[in-house]
Amino acid sequence: MELKNAMAGTLESGDILIQIAPSDVDGLHIELDSTVAYQFGEQIKKVIINTLLELGITQANVKATDKGALDCTIKARVTAAAVRSTGVDVWA
Amino acid sequence: MNSIKDRAELIAAAAKKMGKEVFKDNLVKISTPRHELQKEAGKVVTLEEAIMKSGLKDGMTISFHHHFRGGDKVINMVVAKLAEMGFKNLHLASSSLIDVHKPLIDQIKNGVITKISTSGLRGELATAISHGLMEEPVVFRSHGSRGYAIAKGELHIDVAFLGASSSDPLGNAAGFSTSENAKSICGSLGYALPDAKYADCTIILTDDLVDYPNQLNAISEADVDYVVVVDSVGDSSKIASGAIRDTKNPRDILLAKKASKVIINSGYFEDGFSLQTGSGGASLAVTKYLRQAMIDKGIKARFALGGITSHMVKLHQEGLIDRLIDVQSFDKVAAESLLNDPMHKSVAANEYAAMLEPGSATHFLDVVILSALEVDVNFNVNVLVGSDGIIRGAIGGPPDTAADSALSVIVCPLLRGRIPCVVDEVTTLITPGSTVDVVVTEFGIAVNPNRPKLKERLEAAGIETVEITALRDRAKSIIGEAAPLPFGDKVVGIVMNRDGSVMDVIKNIAD
Repeated sequence: MELKNAMAGTLESGDILIQIAPSDVDGLHIELDSTVAYQFGEQIKKVIINTLLELGITQANVKATDKGALDCTIKARVTAAAVRSTGVDVWA
Repeated sequence: MNSIKDRAELIAAAAKKMGKEVFKDNLVKISTPRHELQKEAGKVVTLEEAIMKSGLKDGMTISFHHHFRGGDKVINMVVAKLAEMGFKNLHLASSSLIDVHKPLIDQIKNGVITKISTSGLRGELATAISHGLMEEPVVFRSHGSRGYAIAKGELHIDVAFLGASSSDPLGNAAGFSTSENAKSICGSLGYALPDAKYADCTIILTDDLVDYPNQLNAISEADVDYVVVVDSVGDSSKIASGAIRDTKNPRDILLAKKASKVIINSGYFEDGFSLQTGSGGASLAVTKYLRQAMIDKGIKARFALGGITSHMVKLHQEGLIDRLIDVQSFDKVAAESLLNDPMHKSVAANEYAAMLEPGSATHFLDVVILSALEVDVNFNVNVLVGSDGIIRGAIGGPPDTAADSALSVIVCPLLRGRIPCVVDEVTTLITPGSTVDVVVTEFGIAVNPNRPKLKERLEAAGIETVEITALRDRAKSIIGEAAPLPFGDKVVGIVMNRDGSVMDVIKNIAD
């Protein structure tokens, strides 16, 4: 799937900023900066990867700046960033 | 014959018996006008002179207060001077340390400061210490315990460096100034009073040197050795920031409303009761909601204690609170009220909240509302170490007030972002659950099982309560299971209980 640079989310407490960029190498590369990285870093990465895979995105660079977002918020922000990046509306 | 000459032998005999000298009149009157003379008072020196004359040596203990909170300028200034003068291995005993004290990181690295005693640590300094910056663990005490430890010599202070908003040349010093040159105001000097009284040498730093006598002084010249004039001791506009900001957060307001309902129906909300609110948006906001109930029911409080806020001052001025006992003025309005109102008095930390001082004000406290970083299923409270294992708070008064009050109410949200506030076990034990009576969250109110009558009263008033384990489960269901923190094997902090015993230790967080 063709990707453009796109982002969704904010740096507010309880939110997450997702930045998606095209990648030359195979797979999803997640760079996570989180205020709760110790306790929830793996869980957050898992939610990001699963959300992208569900949307059919298998190759991308993702930068995630997390301020303690819940899973539902992470999923929503990743989805919005993906839609902006691919131009494919998943909500229609 | 009975002239003084005739009595000379008897005088000499009396003197000999008492081991005293016989008086010789070689007195000389000083004729300098007194407004000139006070300017020559030998106590007024530069900071460097004061340090040299203080007798400070490597390895000794220096102390400070944190009444200017985020606006404090004294600690960084003095420690920088001590570093410049070549001091090493000093023990820094401050009533607390805040974000603004991050320059201490370098002073620890270069060996000027090798030991710290404090109530709290915040910001980059706290993070660095949590990662193992210091060899010696930091010793944490509550405000009452610190005052008591100083008074009893357990925490011996060699030289106290105390910022004051006014001082005369003899050292009569206060947290405000009545002169037209007033530069700063912090109000109560409650945490500094034990230091002033019990330190071997007390140095006042002031940004307003006023004519003798500086009345309404909190610190007496009798306790002061040197007075140093500096450009600024602190930025008063930064006192009401951080943990003591005024909240507009709707969740804090909801918590405050729920907590006031608990208090009103607790059985302790009666004419003549006494009240304290700790730092944190929700607990400070409780005052606003109690006010209306006090008016409606015709209830007046005998006193409000602790960190005094503008809300407390307002209730006092409206006649709803008879007296204000102020260990720390939380904002400028409170500081000004302390200056202007004789029923608003400051109190020394050791008379405010020491466990073993029978006259401590906390022993006569009915209701206290406190915030928390974490509460566990056994009602234990942590206000010092974040759920990421990093030190980010202060013990402050909670262990003192929770234990001594008739009713302690903890207000905290169920979650802060993804961090749960009701947990299986607190990261660090600060306030034992046996002293915590009610936990108020936005998802429910839990009453300590050792207070069954309190629970009955609340339920009779239509307040629903839940088991505290239900709150923990609710938090877990939203955020999932947290991975264990990467604690190392080094002890970076020791938490003292208010009885002088060691209650817990804080381990370093590995990188």
